[in-house]
Amino acid sequence: MSPTDPSTMVLEARNLAKAFGSNTVLRDIDITIRRGQVVALIGPSGSGKTTVLRSLNGLEVPDAGTVTFGSGDASSGLAIDFGAKVGKKEIAALRDRSAMVFQHYNLFPHMTVLKNIIEGPVQVQKRPRAEAIAEAERLLERVGLADKRDAYPFELSGGQQQRVGIVRALALKPQLLLFDEPTSALDPELVGDVLGVIKELAEEGWTMVIVTHELAFAQHVADEVIFMDGGVVVERGPAAEVLRAPRQERTKLFVKRLQHDV
Amino acid sequence: MNWDLIWSSFGPLITGAVTGTIPLTLASFALGLLLALVVALLRLSPNRVLSGIGRFYVSVIRGTPLLVQLFVIFFGLPSIGVRLDPWPSAIIAFSLNVGGYAAEIIRAAILSVPKGQWEAGHTIGMSNRQTLVRIILPQAARVSVPPLSNTFISLVKDTSLASLILVTELFRNAQQIAAFSQEFMALYLQAALVYWVICLVLSTAQSAVERRLDRYVAH
Repeated sequence: MSPTDPSTMVLEARNLAKAFGSNTVLRDIDITIRRGQVVALIGPSGSGKTTVLRSLNGLEVPDAGTVTFGSGDASSGLAIDFGAKVGKKEIAALRDRSAMVFQHYNLFPHMTVLKNIIEGPVQVQKRPRAEAIAEAERLLERVGLADKRDAYPFELSGGQQQRVGIVRALALKPQLLLFDEPTSALDPELVGDVLGVIKELAEEGWTMVIVTHELAFAQHVADEVIFMDGGVVVERGPAAEVLRAPRQERTKLFVKRLQHDV
Repeated sequence: MNWDLIWSSFGPLITGAVTGTIPLTLASFALGLLLALVVALLRLSPNRVLSGIGRFYVSVIRGTPLLVQLFVIFFGLPSIGVRLDPWPSAIIAFSLNVGGYAAEIIRAAILSVPKGQWEAGHTIGMSNRQTLVRIILPQAARVSVPPLSNTFISLVKDTSLASLILVTELFRNAQQIAAFSQEFMALYLQAALVYWVICLVLSTAQSAVERRLDRYVAH
C-alpha cells in the first residue's frame, strides 16, 4: 500500500482553528495520520499542541476545521465539520475511535485497577464482563502489572498508574491512541518504563499521536514530528529531519534549548 | 424528685423516638437528599434559568426559619384549600429544608472532584450522565459525608419542632407527661438525654461510613 492510499488513512484533520476572543489558540492545523504511524507533536508550552490532541478526542471543540476518520464514507468513516454545529453523537463517534492517555493519568481513584480498565468496555461498549476482564488481565500482564489487578490507584507509583492509564486506553480497542505528555508528571527514574511501553506499542503497529517533551524518545519512536508554536505548525517532517536538522529558526531554537536541558 | 415517674417516662419517650423521631428523620432525610441532588445539579447547570431556580430555592430555604416553613405548610396551606395531616406536613417541611442545605454540600462536593475525572469519563466514551453517576458522585460522596452527617444530626433534633404541629414524637410525649405531672425539669432533661444518645450513635455510624469511603485514598 502506498502512503497516499486512502484505505490506510486513520485520521485527517484539516484547517483546525480555535480562538478565545482575540487570542489565537490554533490556526490552520492540518494533520494526516496513516495506519501504524506515530506522530509526535512538540513545541513550547502554550503552542497549542495539547489543544490539537484534545480536539481529536472531542475534549476541546475547535471553532472551525474538519476531522475525518477512516475513508470518510458513511459506513465506517466519520466526518465532523467543527464549523457547523457539532452534536453529542459526533463527539461520541470521535471518542469511539480514539482513546486518550493523560499527563496526570486521571485514573478513577474509587475503582481498583481492574475496574478502571473494564469500565469503558463494559459500561460503554457493552462487551461481556468476563471477556473484558480476560482482556484487561492480558494487557496488565503485558505491562508488568498483573499483580496490581485489585490495587487502588493510590497504592501505585506514578509510573505504574500511567501504565494502567495506557492499558485503560488500549482496552477500548481504539483506532488511534492519543498521549498527552504521558511522562511529564513522572519522577525521572519512572519515565523509562512508560516510554518503553509506548515504544512497544509503536512497534506492534498501533497508530498514535503523542504530545511530548522527550525529544530523544520522539526521534526514536515517531515517524513524523510536528513542531508547533503560537498555535500554528511551524515545521513538520520525518523525525530525524525535524529534530536533527530543523530548517526553521524557531524549531532550531526550541530543539537546542531542550537538548541543553538534557 | 418523683423517681418512679422519671423511670416510667423513659418508655413513652423511647417509643416516641422509635415511632416518631426516627422514621420522621429517615423519611425526611432520604427525600431531602434526592431533592438536594436535583437542586445541586440545577445550580451547576450552564442554563441560567435552571441555575437561577436552584439558587432561589436554596436562598429561600436557608433564609427562612424552619419553624416558619413548617407552619406555612401545616397552618398556612389549608387557607388555600390544601389540607395536610401532621405527618405529611412535617415530612414535606423537613425534606424541603434538608434539600436546601444539602444541595450546597452536594454542589461543593461535585465541584471538588478534579476536572480530569470528567474528562477521563468522557474519553472512555461515557455520557455526561454516566460520568456523573459512575465517576463523579462516588467521589463526591466521600467528600460530602462529614457535612451531610451534620445535616442529618441537626435534622434529628429539628424534628422536635414537629411537636408543634401535633406529630406524636419524642418531644411531644415529653411535653405531655411534663404537663400532666408538672415535672418539667426532669422530663425535658430526659428528652435531651434520649436525643443525645441517638446523636452519639449517629456519630459512631458516621465514623464507620467515613472509614469505608476512605479505603481508596492514601492515608
